[in-house]
Amino acid sequence: MEVVADNKVLAFVSDFKRPEDGSKVRQQALDALNGMDFPTTRVEEWKYTRVAKYVKRKYKQVQTTANVDQFKIADLDAHQLVFVNGFYDEKASTILEDDTVSIHKIDELDEGYYTDLMEDTEENVFSLINKGYQTGGVFIQIKKNKKANHPIHILHVLEGEEVMANARHFIHAEMGSQAEIVTSFASNNASNGFTNVVLEGHVETNASIRINKLQTEAKDVLNISNEMFIQDESSNFLINTVTTGGQLTRNGLNVIVEGENCHTEMNGAYLGTEKQHIDNHTIIDQLYSNCTSSESYKGVMDDKSVGVFNGKVIVRQDAQKIEAYQSNKNILLSKGASVNSKPELEIYADDVRCSHGSTIGELDEEAIYYLRSRGISKKSAQQLLIAAFIGDILDKIQNEAVRAHVDQLFLEDFGWRF
Amino acid sequence: MLTIKNLHASVEEGAEILKGLDLEVKAGEVHAIMGPNGSGKSTLASVLAGKDGYEVTEGSVKFADTDLLELDAEDRAKEGMFLAFQYPVEIPGVSNVNFLRTAMNEIREYRKEDKLSAKDFLAKVKEASALVELDNKLASRAVNVGFSGGEKKRNEIFQMAMLEPKLAILDETDSGLDIDALRIVSEGVNKLRSKDNAIILITHYQRLLEYIQPDFVHVLNDGKIIKTGDKNLALELEEKGYDWINEEIAQ
Ligand SMILES: Nc1ncnc2c1ncn2[C@@H]1O[C@H](COP(=O)(O)OP(=O)(O)OP(=O)(O)O)[C@@H](O)[C@H]1O
Ligand SMILES: [Mg+2]
Repeated sequence: MEVVADNKVLAFVSDFKRPEDGSKVRQQALDALNGMDFPTTRVEEWKYTRVAKYVKRKYKQVQTTANVDQFKIADLDAHQLVFVNGFYDEKASTILEDDTVSIHKIDELDEGYYTDLMEDTEENVFSLINKGYQTGGVFIQIKKNKKANHPIHILHVLEGEEVMANARHFIHAEMGSQAEIVTSFASNNASNGFTNVVLEGHVETNASIRINKLQTEAKDVLNISNEMFIQDESSNFLINTVTTGGQLTRNGLNVIVEGENCHTEMNGAYLGTEKQHIDNHTIIDQLYSNCTSSESYKGVMDDKSVGVFNGKVIVRQDAQKIEAYQSNKNILLSKGASVNSKPELEIYADDVRCSHGSTIGELDEEAIYYLRSRGISKKSAQQLLIAAFIGDILDKIQNEAVRAHVDQLFLEDFGWRF
Repeated sequence: MLTIKNLHASVEEGAEILKGLDLEVKAGEVHAIMGPNGSGKSTLASVLAGKDGYEVTEGSVKFADTDLLELDAEDRAKEGMFLAFQYPVEIPGVSNVNFLRTAMNEIREYRKEDKLSAKDFLAKVKEASALVELDNKLASRAVNVGFSGGEKKRNEIFQMAMLEPKLAILDETDSGLDIDALRIVSEGVNKLRSKDNAIILITHYQRLLEYIQPDFVHVLNDGKIIKTGDKNLALELEEKGYDWINEEIAQ
C-alpha cells in the first residue's frame, strides 16, 4: 500500500469528528481505514465507476433541519424516521404506538452480536468511513413471530453545500417476524452532496423482510450505498431498488444466505438522464441447499447517462439444489447513453439450476410506428413502451402507497404515466 | 377525399418502388387494389400511413384538405387515416384497450373534441369487439401478443371500429382469416361503411370482394396502376391471372 494513497482517505476524513463513544465497531473501522485507498477504475469492482473526482472534495458533516414534507409518502401510515445529512431529526420523525417493533439508536445495537454476525463479511473504504464516522442511524427490531403493524420508512435528506451524510442502520428481524421497510433518499437545497449510507440486517429463521428503496436525489449528488443482509434458514428477503436521481449512484447490495429453504429476491428499475451514472453491484452468496433466488434489474437510459450492472451469484460447494435466476435488461433511448452489464455465476456445487442473461437494446421502432399509426404521438408511444418495459419491476412494489408515490415521481420527472 | 398524383417513392437504400401512381378516392367509395406479390401495394399503404424509411421523390397526396405527405404518422391518423396492417406487430406489456384509450384521447384533443368518458369508452369497446366477434379477453390483452394470425386481423378491424376513420386501408386483412371469420369481419367492415368514409382494400382474392363490394378495382404492377375496372375485373383476374393485362398494354 502506498503512503500517498493512505493520505487521500485520511485527508478526506480529516475534518470529520471522531466521537469517543467507546464503540468497538467504530474503532475497528477507523483502524481499518489506515492503509485504505479509494478505488480507481483499475480495481475490477470499480472498473466502470469513477469516484476520483468526488473524493477529492472536502465534504462537511452538518447537522441541520430540512423541510421533508414533500418527501413523505402519502397514506403509507408508517413509522417515519428522518435523517437530515445523516443526523436523526427527532422533530421531523414519527414513531407510532406499536408493540411489534422496537426502534433504537444504532449505538444501542449489541456489538458482540453484530460482530459475530458480520464475521468474514467484506468491508470497503466507503462502508468503513461510514462505520468510523457515522452520525446516527436506527437499529430496528421486529419482534419474534410478529408482523409489524406499520411499515418503517427511513427517509434521508441532504441539505446544504457539499455535505456528507453517514447514516448507519441495522434491521433485526427476529424469528418468524415480518416487516416492510422503505428507505428513501432525497435532497433539498443541496449542492454536490454525498450520501454514504450503510444498511445491514439479519433475517432470522422464518422471518421475512421486504424493502422498497427509492433514490431520487438531485442530479449532482454522489450516493454510495452498502447493504448487507444475512438470511437464516427458511427466511425471505426482498428488495426493490428504484433509482432516478443522483449524479453518481453506486449500490452495493449483498445477501449471504446462511440456511436452507430461503428465498432471496432483488429487483431494480433505474432511469438515467443527462449525465447520470447508475451502478448496481449485487452479490447473493448461497451457502446452503434448497434455496431460490430471483434477480431482475431493468434500466432505461437516455441522453449521456451510463448504467452499470454487475450481479454475482455464488453457489458454494455444499449448496445443492439451488435455483437462481438473474436478468438485466436495458433500453437505450439515445446514442449517447450506455450500459455495462455483467451477470456472473460462480458455481461450486454440481446440482444447481441457474439462468442468467442480459440485454441492451432500443425501443422497438415497428411498435412505435404501429402506435403512431393509431394517432398516438411519438412521445406517448415511447412512454407506453417504456412503461411496458419496466412495469413488471414496478409491479413488484406491492405496497400501494409506495407504488402511487413512484408513479407520481415518474410523472413529475419524466412525464411518464404508468 | 384522397388524391394521389404521380407518386414516386423509394426505399432509403435507393430502389424505387412506386413509379408514378395515380389514384382518386371519393367519400363513400370502396376501392380494391390487387396486384402480384412485390408490386408495391404494402409500400403504397406505408407511404400513405407515414412510415419512416420511404422517400417520396415526386408527386403529391392530398387527403381531405391536407397535404398528407407533410404530416407525421400520428397526425395522419388524427386526420382520419387508418391502416390495417398486413403484418400487425406484437407489443408486449401494452394492453390493447389501454393504448386505444390513449389514442382516442389524443385524437379527440387534436380535433378539439371532449374527452371520452370511461363509461362511453367501455361501451364502445364492447360494441366494436362485438362487431368483429373479438373475444373480450383479447381486447384487454397485450397488443397482438400470442394472438393467432386470424385474431390479429380481427384486432385490426376492431381498432378500425374504435377509431372510426375517414379513410381505411385494409392490407390483406382477408389473408389468414378462416371462412367464417372472413364473413364476420367483412360484415363488420360493411357496417362501418358510410357515405362519409372510404375504404381501400388490398387483396389477392376475389372472395373478399364478394362480401365487400368495391366500386373500383385497380391493378397495381411494378409501382403503377396499370388497369382500373369495376368489380368484374376482379373476377377476370381470378380466372386469368395478371399476365394478360401486360400483354394488352404491350399491344
Ligand atoms: N424497406 C424496404 N427495403 C427494401 N425493399 C423494400 C422495402 N419495402 C419494400 N421493399 C420492396 O418493394 C417491393 C414491394 O413490396 P410491397 O411489400 O409493397 O409488395 P406488395 O405488393 O405488398 O406484395 P405482397 O402481395 O407480397 O404483400 C418488394 O420488392 C419489396 O421487397
Ligand atoms: Mg403486401
